[in-house]
Amino acid sequence: MIYLDNAATTKMSETAIKAMFSAVNEVYGNPSSLHSVGQKAAEALQNARETIAGLIGAKPNEITFTSGGSEADNQAIISAARLGEKKGKKHIISTAFEHHAVLHTLNRLEKQGFEITLLDVGEKGLITADQVEKAIRPDTCLVTVMYANNEIGTIQPIAEIGAVCREKGVTFHTDAVQAAGHIKLNVTEQNIDMLSISAHKFHGPKGVGVLYAKRGIALTNLIDGGAQERGKRAGTEDVPAIIGMAAAFKEACENIENDSLKVRALRDRLISGISKIPHSILNGDPTQRLDGNVNFCFEGIEGESLLLLLDDKGICASSGSACTSGSLDPSHVLLAIGRVHDIAHGSLRLSLSAENTEEEIDYTIKAVREVVEYLRSISPIWRDLVSGKKEFVIKEA
Amino acid sequence: MALYSEKVMDHFRNPRNVGVIEDADGIGEVGNAKCGDIMKIYLKIENDIIVDVKFETFGCGSAIASSSMATELIKGKPLSEALTLTNKAVVEALDGLPTHKIHCSVLAEEAIKLALKDYYEKNGIDYDRSQFPSCESCDHCCGH
Repeated sequence: MIYLDNAATTKMSETAIKAMFSAVNEVYGNPSSLHSVGQKAAEALQNARETIAGLIGAKPNEITFTSGGSEADNQAIISAARLGEKKGKKHIISTAFEHHAVLHTLNRLEKQGFEITLLDVGEKGLITADQVEKAIRPDTCLVTVMYANNEIGTIQPIAEIGAVCREKGVTFHTDAVQAAGHIKLNVTEQNIDMLSISAHKFHGPKGVGVLYAKRGIALTNLIDGGAQERGKRAGTEDVPAIIGMAAAFKEACENIENDSLKVRALRDRLISGISKIPHSILNGDPTQRLDGNVNFCFEGIEGESLLLLLDDKGICASSGSACTSGSLDPSHVLLAIGRVHDIAHGSLRLSLSAENTEEEIDYTIKAVREVVEYLRSISPIWRDLVSGKKEFVIKEA
Repeated sequence: MALYSEKVMDHFRNPRNVGVIEDADGIGEVGNAKCGDIMKIYLKIENDIIVDVKFETFGCGSAIASSSMATELIKGKPLSEALTLTNKAVVEALDGLPTHKIHCSVLAEEAIKLALKDYYEKNGIDYDRSQFPSCESCDHCCGH
């Protein structure tokens, strides 16, 4: 099996499994308990908090453990909105291609009377700090821009956007779920006020994440109850998962440079191979993108059948077609970068990790080419395109 | 993948009757690229019998499997029988489809009916219009 769906989730690293496993065995106490078994868990929790804080340039008490990236995004946005509301500020700036954890939270706030500005991400899927600056109003309470896009991998100029927000006195949140463990993060140097992380995107366990919130930003509880996480997130902490996350994050951050070189070379080999398929187009920016992200649209075919046939050939991938999203519309990300519906249905995302090999990449290039050719051979649209009855949307250079 | 039945996967992986009939007696095309599904059915008809049928499909696994199964169900059958083919029969023959994929079987039924209508009209044969529901009455193709 060739696993090329690391943007969906990653396989846990040996380091994370070991750390988590020994925690399950040995650190079974409740960190809120006063006795020694409980205090051992509290200590392990604090160590994990310090490790993670240190890796992103934050202080331990600025780290809140959550159930993952979605919860962190929800809590960050709702907290900033509630703080803004108190000052009569009810305007939020974001982008059109955020993760649904952000977009759906913003939709909810819009129904509660907030005004939302979604910045245009252009054909390359990039925004500028200038766009943000122009959109900021006296009543803006939050700017939330994802660090790197989960579908097309484009990396936003986060430090520059952060600097603009800092200058204007607007809270800045970034959904760094795809970036954490793959790009060096430093909340201080990059002017980030709030940041979301999910452990399973960097070979850690699922169901656990982090919300970093700069000291002084009062969080709004999404879960009420006990006094865990400084009273901001109730519920007994998933200590083994948090320990697993800290171990995975430390390992990923230590290997960023080596892995980055390796994965980027594999990515570029894959992009170059797939680009040779006629009437295909790379989605996102060729260089301002995650090391592991490859995303293409192929004219004349539909993504789900492409995925099923690749799976038959032992390749795990994903697509932004409507049939795979469970809705009638294809990926909002592909629509945001201006891909028309017909083309967006024929999309393929291959997301790599340092565990992939050149042989796997070469096999994948061959498999994708074969499957695309086959599906085109049975597609009535392709026939119309080739016969000139319809015009190609993706032109050949 | 557990998304689909073995039957669906079989018809998706090894679709029956794929291709084109150059001198087809009736052609029906339904769906649109915007929704991500297009089916085109070609019929060869002799003495009121469907002697050959081919299809081309742009779409997901269940769209391809539904086309394949639908063509199998009408091949060699009299027109009167092909006209009674329902999407339900296609779904049953495939051992079921996920709820959000039922529209694929509807497209298959519609494509066949449209091809039959095309045959009747080309040959000036009178037909019962009530057997061909208009597309507007159906909400399966995302409202287009």
